[in-house]
Amino acid sequence: MDWIAMATGFILILMGLYGALTNRNILRIIVSFSVANTGVNLVLVAVGYMRGRTAPILDEAVPMTDAVTRIIDPLPQALVLTAIVIGLGVTALMLTYAYKLYEEKGTLDISKCRDLKW
Amino acid sequence: MIRRFAVFLLLLGLGAIFADLLLGYTPSEELNLTARYYAEHTAQDLGAANIVTAIVVTYRGLDTLGEVTVLFLTATIIGMVLARGRKHRALQRQLPAAGELLTTGSRLLVPLILLLGVYVFVNGHLTPGGGFQGGAIVASAALLLLLTDPLKRFSHRLIAVMEAVSGLFFIGLGVLGLVYAGGFLDSRVLPNGAFGTLFSAGVMPIIYSFIGLKVGAEFTSMLTHLAETEQS
Amino acid sequence: MNTVLLSIGVLLAVAMIGVAWLTIRATRIATAMLAAGLVSLFASVLFLFLAAPDVAMTEAAIGSGLTTFLFFFVLGRVRGGQS
Repeated sequence: MDWIAMATGFILILMGLYGALTNRNILRIIVSFSVANTGVNLVLVAVGYMRGRTAPILDEAVPMTDAVTRIIDPLPQALVLTAIVIGLGVTALMLTYAYKLYEEKGTLDISKCRDLKW
Repeated sequence: MIRRFAVFLLLLGLGAIFADLLLGYTPSEELNLTARYYAEHTAQDLGAANIVTAIVVTYRGLDTLGEVTVLFLTATIIGMVLARGRKHRALQRQLPAAGELLTTGSRLLVPLILLLGVYVFVNGHLTPGGGFQGGAIVASAALLLLLTDPLKRFSHRLIAVMEAVSGLFFIGLGVLGLVYAGGFLDSRVLPNGAFGTLFSAGVMPIIYSFIGLKVGAEFTSMLTHLAETEQS
Repeated sequence: MNTVLLSIGVLLAVAMIGVAWLTIRATRIATAMLAAGLVSLFASVLFLFLAAPDVAMTEAAIGSGLTTFLFFFVLGRVRGGQS
């Protein structure tokens, strides 16, 4: 399962980058970035997974005493939790600037924004 | 054409690196040292059942404080960028009224969604979930209200006050940990309590509730700012 | 038991890659946005199989819920995006 998730994550990163580099519409670029973001999160969680173990939550099923042999690594999960929330912030910021760009130029095509090109 | 080729080359290189990483990956059989420490000491030292929550709120609480700051900055920048020149484009467009089903449904669902959000962030130290998830659920209640009535205006002052007050309490509890316990954001200001009950794990559920309120207020402010940019 | 889980995982992975292809190549931009939300939703199911319920919940609430709505808010403001 971890191998499948990791391979899927890598493929999603590559597809997201491909979409971001080849599309012209700025909204499509942002959508592609969010797909790549999902891929990175998948890879990070898959690294922490261990076969035959369960989630890092202690209860009747996983008593305190044998937690070390029963749970998976909780640290990547905590980091991915952070990454998802920040990912939404970054996406919202990109969308805001895209909207502002549309308001200024009346287009979403980045090949028509040539102010800094010479 | 050259551009396409460069993109293809870049992706090919990255793909080779990824394939190498994937083929060389061997899953570890044992927890590493840090994870072992968390697994052994979380329940005894902090009394939290959910180890991920213990890491997010206490062990790496400073990281979470930084994350909440980044979210606050994002919400502020969105507000600043979108607020420019909105005054003279005040919208007086007549929208068709939302259907009976949507209006009644949202009246029924909004309190339930808010309740679910509060449940999720109050129980963050026992079950999966916590401040970030609960905050997103609370913001989705505001989103439902916005969908029902796109011209609805939330009080910006209320959102700002809620955000500021919960942020202040978050940092205040952290400073209390500095004074009465082991360090900044230490959760052992209050006794740990019985393992697995709602009032356990020190101040961890309180801190996570304030994080939930803060995150909910920030997401709501992002959504309302974007919703208020209607074109005349 | 294990084979069932494994085949569900493979199915999810294939579905995610197919939907991601739709994201970068759909003719309509609204389809691409919905497909991105669907990728996140499949990812949250996969997180559940990877024994990460916290992450699965966050991804379902934030990644596939709020992000998709933000996209559609902006899409509505720019009148379809086709200039």
